[in-house]
Amino acid sequence: MTYMGGKSDLRVVGTRPVRPDGVDKVTGRANFGADLRLPGMLEGRIKRSPYAHARILRIDTTRAAALKGVLAVVTSADFPEIPYEEAISGDGFVNYRYVSGNMLARGKVLYDGHAVAAVAATSAAIAEEALDLIEIDYDVLPHVIDVEAAMAPDAPLLHDDLFTAGLTPPPTAPSNISKRIAFNIGDVATGFAEAEVMVEGRYTTQAVHQGYIEPHACVATWGADGQSTIFSSSQGAFMVRSLTAKLMGLDIANIRAVPAEIGGGFGGKTTIYLEPVALALSRKAGRPVRIVMNREEVFRASGPTSGGVVAVKLGAKRDGTLTAAQVTVTLQAGAFPGSPLGPACMCALAMYDIKNVAITGYDVVSNRPKVAAYRAPGAPIGSFGAESAMDELARKLGMDPIALRQKNAAREGTRTAYGVTHHDIGFEQTLAAAKAHPHYSAPLGVNQGRGVACGFWFNIGGESAAAVHINEDGTASVVSPNPDIGGSRASLAMMAAEVLGLPYEKVRPIVADTASIPVSGMTGGSRVTFAIGTCVVAASEKVVEQLKQRAAMIWDIPPDAVEWKDGQAVPAGPNAGGFDPLPLAAIAAKSARTGGPIGAEVTANVQGAGASFAVHICDLEVDRETGRVTVLRYTALQDVGRAIHPSYVEGQLQGGVAQGLGWALNEEYVYSAEGRLENPGFLDYRMPVASDLPMIATVLVEVPNPRAPFGLRGVAEVPIVPPTAAVANAVRSAIGLRMADLPISPPKLLAALDVAAA
Amino acid sequence: MPTVVLAGDAARALAGGAAELTVAATSFRRLVTELDARFPGLGRLVDEGMAVAIDGVIFQDAYAVPLTEASEIVLIPKIAGG
Repeated sequence: MTYMGGKSDLRVVGTRPVRPDGVDKVTGRANFGADLRLPGMLEGRIKRSPYAHARILRIDTTRAAALKGVLAVVTSADFPEIPYEEAISGDGFVNYRYVSGNMLARGKVLYDGHAVAAVAATSAAIAEEALDLIEIDYDVLPHVIDVEAAMAPDAPLLHDDLFTAGLTPPPTAPSNISKRIAFNIGDVATGFAEAEVMVEGRYTTQAVHQGYIEPHACVATWGADGQSTIFSSSQGAFMVRSLTAKLMGLDIANIRAVPAEIGGGFGGKTTIYLEPVALALSRKAGRPVRIVMNREEVFRASGPTSGGVVAVKLGAKRDGTLTAAQVTVTLQAGAFPGSPLGPACMCALAMYDIKNVAITGYDVVSNRPKVAAYRAPGAPIGSFGAESAMDELARKLGMDPIALRQKNAAREGTRTAYGVTHHDIGFEQTLAAAKAHPHYSAPLGVNQGRGVACGFWFNIGGESAAAVHINEDGTASVVSPNPDIGGSRASLAMMAAEVLGLPYEKVRPIVADTASIPVSGMTGGSRVTFAIGTCVVAASEKVVEQLKQRAAMIWDIPPDAVEWKDGQAVPAGPNAGGFDPLPLAAIAAKSARTGGPIGAEVTANVQGAGASFAVHICDLEVDRETGRVTVLRYTALQDVGRAIHPSYVEGQLQGGVAQGLGWALNEEYVYSAEGRLENPGFLDYRMPVASDLPMIATVLVEVPNPRAPFGLRGVAEVPIVPPTAAVANAVRSAIGLRMADLPISPPKLLAALDVAAA
Repeated sequence: MPTVVLAGDAARALAGGAAELTVAATSFRRLVTELDARFPGLGRLVDEGMAVAIDGVIFQDAYAVPLTEASEIVLIPKIAGG
């Protein structure tokens, strides 16, 4: 591949063309998960548990099934009981038993909103009426919501067969702690003994939802011959296909998953809730079935990310050199094991060169909805603790917070606490850009404060595919297997246009269904522009080779006497002949005479994603009368490798910051004493809106990743990592109080001010 | 010989508490086989449950990656994104 690691003479990459899907989305023509209408389609609805924890004694669907207009009712009894089986699915681990048990409860309900049964009827009103006719007898059990309460020896147990993994010797009694992990380098006791200054803190975050505007939605059709089609909004049609097949005991080849447009996912659509239920209803009814969650269902029953507790202890020399760090991360997994514990532990201190580090993590189940991935899963939680503690350390040392980070910054050859050695990273450059930015030295007013925080995310590659086709008129099609969440169609088309030498407007990208292109991992992990882009560039280069061969055939000269320049075949030199350049369109027009269609498909398990580092600066003002925090100015700086489409990269940074500010200031799940979620709607679950935010400034630092085409890095996840600590550090700067418990909401801040005043 | 770094407790427990090992192998696939022969269960853990970083580059699946005498192999949990 000739485009690895960066290239300076670029025509398309680095420009800002209009996105190919833009007009459809702003005019309402785009088809999202709920938009498909099929002849005879039924409406499905889900019956959900009103209890946080209860044994299911009896389910009687007789009356619901007898209601006129109801064509099917299903419960977990309509699905195979899946044995405990962990497997790699898409980009991560999946325990099929847990996914199945979350889809429809079996034996017990484990949280308020847990799905128990489903109906399909000729109208939504009839389906909802039928839900009321389903009779369920529950034996209500004690429940536990709080993660630390769930770890207590006498806490109500969610799973009788759950034993803590990672303990030596293995435990003999079940527990809500599903897993303990640990990473150690050096010797922290020695490191702390060398320290001249120490800080210690305990930081807590709440469960927050990804908050995608489009709810989960799907349409499923069971064919009379057993071949099925699922149209749904997800972050991976192949994930939908494989999980549905597994949960229903079907052959993958009998399911075609068609990706709808996706109205936001942010990690929350990397699993399924509805598709097998809709397909099972369709199988019973013999008609297509659509299920669309309402907002309340999205909050009660689809994955938020974990809340957590992060204990941090840092030791340093008086010159700021970190000598040791100890971090303990405890994360809510929800009702089934599987929080983003590994990344939370691994990312917390990955920005720094520390010789002695001990990080321990616990994955804990409680009576909440099972968590799902959320943008840099886990990293914002660990980093909130670590970056808050770094701020306290800077204060204790009397150092500038960026200078402290520069003193300890990870650089070429730094070994992280999880063992990996950093190469080709741009953290130091990003810190330097932050320190030099005018924002960092701008004056502040009364009750105003400035906070700085940093973040790290690995970025990933994985199984990928792409195809590039040359059409008869010389235009090109790019076929991607991955739903486009953040502008990947544009970036993929731009990379193909760059390699082919075509104008961007002559390259049209599409997102294919699972029958039309080889399997690919999900749209997540900031991987699509990198991993699918790598395949697109490789396929485009194969196409260029074909075009050169076809030109050679037309000119009747050897293929190696042809070069590809600016979208045209040209003779390699005077000895090749005096031919006029042959444009791509002219070669395409003769494809039938020169060997048939021109195109290439590339599959790969793409590796070599370059890690991302971010440095954020936040200015805010605290209203001491109301406790309200107003963010005045925010600058996000990030090493992006190479921005393929700078506007969409900037948009990713701004989006991550907006979500992080919501996490920091307002968002939380509020439960009643009975374990019921009390704020399952946007009125009571307060996400930031445009009027809450200043224009978020971005600085794109470009340190090329030598293992990626054009030097690019994934960009979408790390921008959500620093905001929580940047806000807390700014509040500390403004009013002198360390707010260690998120969200820093007006009531909480007011209470802290009152305590301080007393 | 390539060096294998075991930063996590799970892998260390199977390797008798070792934080680093040297393993004679010319590819990651052979390294996994060799690890399992020396420490039963470790190869399976690596094969089914872990990603690997070879000389700082994270691989979710690294069977075909050649190793050199100076290679540093770090075993880490699989990483999924949002």
